[in-house]
Amino acid sequence: MTVRVQAAAFDPGAQVNALHAANLGVGAVVSFVGYVRDFNDGRDVAGMFLEHYPGMTEKALDKIVLEAEQRWPLLRLEVLHRVGALEPGEPIVFVGVASAHRQAAFDACAFVMDYLKTRAPFWKKEQTGDGPRWVEGRVSDEEAADRWKK
Amino acid sequence: MKLKVMFFARYREALGLDGEAVEGPFTSIEQLRGHLVQRGGAWQVLAEPNLMCARNEELCKPDEPLADGDEVAFFPPVTGG
Repeated sequence: MTVRVQAAAFDPGAQVNALHAANLGVGAVVSFVGYVRDFNDGRDVAGMFLEHYPGMTEKALDKIVLEAEQRWPLLRLEVLHRVGALEPGEPIVFVGVASAHRQAAFDACAFVMDYLKTRAPFWKKEQTGDGPRWVEGRVSDEEAADRWKK
Repeated sequence: MKLKVMFFARYREALGLDGEAVEGPFTSIEQLRGHLVQRGGAWQVLAEPNLMCARNEELCKPDEPLADGDEVAFFPPVTGG
């Protein structure tokens, strides 16, 4: 299980392929890739900057990954999140889950993303035609995370 | 009691400050927050109802108790992913 926070770009395809390499017990791989869009909330977006809380970011992601491992029988779980300057079309986040069967992989992947969106200390600042603006938190993200409460 | 207080994202920009050392008898994060808001001006930003906070790099509720040497962070709702 790995968590990485990095400024460098990554190749989502290579990440997916690596998830089942060297483990013939893997029967299912589910992945999520989040990308920078060129439009958000009524404005064209030329780029964004991702701020985070070094130290806490890694701890928060480790905690989410640990909880996913406790809830589902997983063989691999990888979380990769970028920070710093990003352009439209670039991947921001990767969550990849490998398990013996599909349901655990589907659920764990959705769980990790829902918790990451509401509990990991990242903040997006968009560059728009009207100048820079901070992206606001969404109630729908909170609701998505709430569905995993036991 | 000595605390390291940190601010992120929109709060950091509003305050023009990424952190400071704060000294005083604070029993909870809520009390520390009240102390900072009372400074007035830009500090009012910390009165936002959806403010999030962390103690020693872990998310917590505002009623979280504090101990000497703690690192406390205030930030707006997170928007990663």
